[in-house]
Amino acid sequence: MTKIKLKVNNKSVEVDVDPSTPVLWVLRDHLNFIGTKYGCGVGSCGACTIHLNGRSIKSCQLPVSAVGIQEITTIEGLSENGDHPVQKAWLDVDVAQCGYCQTGQIMAAVSLLKSKPNPTDDDIDTFMTGNICRCGTYLRIKEAIKKAAKSSNK
Amino acid sequence: MEKLHNNSRRSFLKVSSITGGGMMIGFSWLANLIPNEAFASAESAKEWIELTGFIKITPDNQITIFCPNPEFGQNVMTSLPMLIAEELEVDWSKVKVEAGDYDTPRFKRQFTGGSQSVRMGWQPLRKAGATAKLMLMQAAANEWNLPIAELSAANGMVHHKSSNKSISYGALAAAASKLSTPENVIIKKNGEFSILGNPQKNVEGAKIVSGKSLFTMDYKQEGMLIAMAIHPSAFGLKLKSFDASEALKMPGIKDVFEIKVYKDGYERGGFDTRTFNNLVVVVGNTTWEVMNARKKVITQWEPIQETKEMVNAWGSKKEEIIPAGLESTDAHMKQMYDLQKKPGKILRKDGNPETAFANAQKTLERTYSAPFLPHNTMEPISCFAHITDEKALFVAPIQIPDMMKQNIMFNLDLSADKIDIKLARMGGGFGRRAYGHYIIEAGLISKKMKAPIKLIYTREDDMTNGVYRPSYMVTYKAAIDNNNVTAIHIKGGGIPESAIHQNRFPAGAFENYVAESWDIKSNITIGAFRAPGSNFIAAAEQSFLDELAETIGKDPIDYRIELLKKAKSNPVGKNNEYDADRYIGVLELVKQKSNWSTANNKNAKRGVAAYFCHNSYAAHVVDITMKNGQPVVENVVSALDCGLVVNPEGAKNMVEGAVVDGIGNALYGGLRFENGVPMQKNFNQYRMIRHKESPKKIDIHFVQNNVDPTGLGEPPFPPIFGALANALYKATGKRFYNQPFINDLNKS
Repeated sequence: MTKIKLKVNNKSVEVDVDPSTPVLWVLRDHLNFIGTKYGCGVGSCGACTIHLNGRSIKSCQLPVSAVGIQEITTIEGLSENGDHPVQKAWLDVDVAQCGYCQTGQIMAAVSLLKSKPNPTDDDIDTFMTGNICRCGTYLRIKEAIKKAAKSSNK
Repeated sequence: MEKLHNNSRRSFLKVSSITGGGMMIGFSWLANLIPNEAFASAESAKEWIELTGFIKITPDNQITIFCPNPEFGQNVMTSLPMLIAEELEVDWSKVKVEAGDYDTPRFKRQFTGGSQSVRMGWQPLRKAGATAKLMLMQAAANEWNLPIAELSAANGMVHHKSSNKSISYGALAAAASKLSTPENVIIKKNGEFSILGNPQKNVEGAKIVSGKSLFTMDYKQEGMLIAMAIHPSAFGLKLKSFDASEALKMPGIKDVFEIKVYKDGYERGGFDTRTFNNLVVVVGNTTWEVMNARKKVITQWEPIQETKEMVNAWGSKKEEIIPAGLESTDAHMKQMYDLQKKPGKILRKDGNPETAFANAQKTLERTYSAPFLPHNTMEPISCFAHITDEKALFVAPIQIPDMMKQNIMFNLDLSADKIDIKLARMGGGFGRRAYGHYIIEAGLISKKMKAPIKLIYTREDDMTNGVYRPSYMVTYKAAIDNNNVTAIHIKGGGIPESAIHQNRFPAGAFENYVAESWDIKSNITIGAFRAPGSNFIAAAEQSFLDELAETIGKDPIDYRIELLKKAKSNPVGKNNEYDADRYIGVLELVKQKSNWSTANNKNAKRGVAAYFCHNSYAAHVVDITMKNGQPVVENVVSALDCGLVVNPEGAKNMVEGAVVDGIGNALYGGLRFENGVPMQKNFNQYRMIRHKESPKKIDIHFVQNNVDPTGLGEPPFPPIFGALANALYKATGKRFYNQPFINDLNKS
């Protein structure tokens, strides 16, 4: 066990864990940020997507020892009241079915919009391809991303 | 909660006052519903806490509806409370919806599956709302000393028009709760609705997008330990021995032990899978520690012997044979082709198909197959359990809480009154969470540890643990004379069960018809998967009808309609299970909305299919183009007849999901076995449909009618497989007979 300092959602925290622990489990088991989901553990489904220094990354593939001073943002830190433009667009479009993958989808979408404020369909398909939705809400996700892009560019 | 008032035993509603002056209306949620004997004698306030369906009205006029029907993404937490709110006359935007809990000791049906939730709730839920409204109006009438006939109710208020008086439900609730429950209330007729039929957003949307705790995976309790189980590496193996000495030395590990899921002598019910009965369990403080320690457990497996077990399912007892051996997909295919050459069990025969085939000028014969499919819900299997001497608390993602009761009581030695199941939102179900073996597993672990525990399956555990969609094969054969089809022969089966629905279309449309079936025993376990059986047979049937129409020179939609008209005007045989008019209705609607004869996208190739299952009708037209040898789904036009649509927004979302799910499974789905081992174990090996493969557009249309709702979760799923196969044929010149289509596509 090692004491590791982290900055999560703009707060400094310290955890005492095996340094090989993926950030996913540090967030879920130790820090109680359960909005980041476990789906596969091999970086193939995107349910665990978080931001590291503002860029999306699959937290199941990121050992906590590799984080260092980089800032972690989870869905809980995306906005105070769940009212980030992307979250609002998700509600407007009524995207979710079961909802399990959606926090990961939202974190990926926010990251996409940072690098491409006006993504094309192809941009969305390419960037979001690592995020599986088993319920099949892909079309609504695409619509929500475009809606969020529009509202942010006003 | 104070006390009950004047409740008729026959009423499915029970009304009580609540501390502080409110009103609580409890009811059996899906109450066709004969409350059982235990309920008839239950008259204490304690029983009320355990009731499932509730309307709660507090003095501040807050109306809360507790929805106990398990939610796994089909949006019942929105659509079912809408039924109540419609009759209660409240402002939907101000209604709070919360998840209720399990209540099997008193009520007999609490179930998500079979596309039944809205269908079963349609009458009782509206009656519950209407009854509550009537009692509130009566309380106002008493208060004002006016005849109830002069009063009206709207937006959570009772009004008296001529005196311009109004009073809130909240102010009336305490008095209303003391009135007797009216027996015969009148509910609105179809067409008189203000909430139903209008799109309403998912009531849990805000919680979902902000990552609030909703799922079993998220549940936590002070002192809770994490548990994982190790199951055999292959079907056909069982636990021989294990050595946990290294694992026990790992940090954070509390214990490693064996559990036996079902006790000897347990007669399994219909949803009690027998996948792996002896598991090695690792329990520790955190998920990562348990995952690591699990790798250090040394396990030895040995072959199972053939066993016979009594199964008590769906009202009858029968002996089930579980064969020994390590099974493989290639061997399965050979076995199935072999059985296709032998006579099967005749399920239905009309006319004289033998003669028709003997005299036919030509025949068309095609064989279709499909692999096992894992459900792959995004949330892997998990369950929380805390069993103490006083109580057994479970937090579980379970579609069928009431059908778990006997299993829990028998295998965990618990009496019914101690069982408390909190129903968590499910991260997908698709049938998988009807098989609640994990509740028993979690219970056994908590009992042994004397602690609250959460059992977690890894993705690999989830994908290799069985309960798959069966593997199937079917051969369709038509006798053709002068471009007339004179007979149809269907023969097929599956591992371990057949998908033949002998009384569905095209039965009834052909003078000479025969359907026969076989099955192959297997130790690979199977279970319900979105539209069981239909999800394969529709693909085969609809592909065959397409090829048949082409062979005799007819348009595929017109040919289906021609057959359905024949089946309506002059039906052959008895027990035809479909309504030909509603079938024709979706075909005509999809034909019109897709501009069938003149496709919008000239480059696209299109295919059509239609199917009836779970009481509803669905038709799709799929348009595809080919890019680098792979299909791009440009557009899907869907026509549905599920009766009245309660929530058009939720309904559309569900159909879109079924279309995507169907295209994904038809193209890529399939679990291969070698020597009993599932060859794909995670999403880096098992191909799921992703953003870039999703249709670019889905255009959904509902037949407008006044039929009571008939269900929507499953019906749009089966026909998409056939529509895609038929579009692929137009685009590639090749027919696709074997799922997943990607295999044959990449060969060409």
